Amino acid sequence: MANNNSKGTWEVKSGLAQMLKGGVIMDVVTADQAKIAEDAGACSVMALERVPSDIRKDGGVARMSDPTKIVEITEAVTIPVMAKCRIGHFVEAQILESLGVDYIDESEVLTPADENNHVNKNDFKVPFVCGARNLGEALRRIGEGASMIRTKGEAGTGNIVEAVRHARSVLGEIKRIQNMDEVELMACARDLQTPFELVKNVHETGKLPVVNFAAGGIASPADAALMMQIGVEGVFVGSGIFKSSDPQKMANAIVKATTHYNDPKIIAEISKGLGDAMPGLDVRTMPEEEQLSVRGW
Amino acid sequence: MLKIGILAVQGDFAEHKLMLTNLDIDAVEIRLPEQLEDIDGLIIPGGESTTIAQLLNIFDIKNSIITKAKSGMPIWGTCAGMIMLANSLTDKRPTPLKLMNTVVSRNAFGRQIDSFEENIEIKAIGHPKYRGIFIRAPMFIQIGEGVEVLGKLNDDNPVLVREKNLLASSFHPELTPDTRIHEYFIKMVKNQISNDNN
Repeated sequence: MANNNSKGTWEVKSGLAQMLKGGVIMDVVTADQAKIAEDAGACSVMALERVPSDIRKDGGVARMSDPTKIVEITEAVTIPVMAKCRIGHFVEAQILESLGVDYIDESEVLTPADENNHVNKNDFKVPFVCGARNLGEALRRIGEGASMIRTKGEAGTGNIVEAVRHARSVLGEIKRIQNMDEVELMACARDLQTPFELVKNVHETGKLPVVNFAAGGIASPADAALMMQIGVEGVFVGSGIFKSSDPQKMANAIVKATTHYNDPKIIAEISKGLGDAMPGLDVRTMPEEEQLSVRGW
Repeated sequence: MLKIGILAVQGDFAEHKLMLTNLDIDAVEIRLPEQLEDIDGLIIPGGESTTIAQLLNIFDIKNSIITKAKSGMPIWGTCAGMIMLANSLTDKRPTPLKLMNTVVSRNAFGRQIDSFEENIEIKAIGHPKYRGIFIRAPMFIQIGEGVEVLGKLNDDNPVLVREKNLLASSFHPELTPDTRIHEYFIKMVKNQISNDNN
């Protein structure tokens, strides 16, 4: 009898992202932080050596985390664990897959390993999430096999402005394509530098073919709710939790705000007495070489 | 028109909603206890059970669901929903709703890399076999008295079970184009309404 059991299929890879919807994925650097995140209701954690604001401060080359750290975090929690590899660094991705992480983030927060090519994500059984600033970038990543997209935002700044810009760009371009005449789709694919079939899919469905989260600069419950109301399906919070003055409280409040994003009374209630959010940075005064979102294409 | 709620605190509630809407059901998202009052059935979707459990503690929506289940409202849990309906878990958390006579183990098939698809024979919905999508899926470790097994994986491992007004599946019918299990649940809701009227 034929064996019908199949692993690592598109349905299984994009399906896990669907399970994360309406949830908060939190950056953690220790097993203890991972437990705090899980207790607060995070739907997943991102295992890191340093949060983006520290990576920014320290400078130098940022690489995949030490596998010891990733395994410690994997063993500490029962929710899915994600980890980052450098853009184009398929060996780091192979290592992460062998460690059993549940999702790989091919991330601009780390220093890119290849300025031309991203990882061929179709080669892997483990699913990938990738950052995007606009629809063309999102569809190129999906073309390479990404089964989840997030806005890049500007990680480690505590400033929501870039995440808003990127989400509005992606969602605005989707609306534009949806309203196009079919004859215009090929020219659109040319302009966006993206596979025609994916442009056609967006035209027909009016949405990305994968789950779309926000990331990069979320630092308060109101930030999370803002991104949800703009139209993303969940949020990543990096430095915003463990660089705030009361991480447990902040984590819990952001989880609640992501569920009740359309209910200002509830968001007001949970925003009370959270202490200080992480210190923020003004992206406008930041030189381009310090901006992480321009990494990748 | 039949009105079915989908618990929308976290998870793939939008996929269930789309499935029901395509079957001409009035599908509504449930985030607060009072929203449970005017629905005929409830789906607890896939998602992260620890997250869903945490969010059920706010505004005491948890006890409202338990009351509704005990009064006979049909409830279907998929994956995380099946974990929530269980009587107990082999895991430390979350605390389930203790509504079905089942013991469940979370992520029992392994991590994401072991997530899989497989055809399942389910007599109640007929041929062909159902393409089950299992994502970090939970497993029934014990099935108690009164729980009927409707579908098994590889002829031995229960993956779809029913106990009176409660239905639980370890896989995700909402991620497939096959509507047969949603139709089965809709039938459960219709039967309950006609029972209530008699």
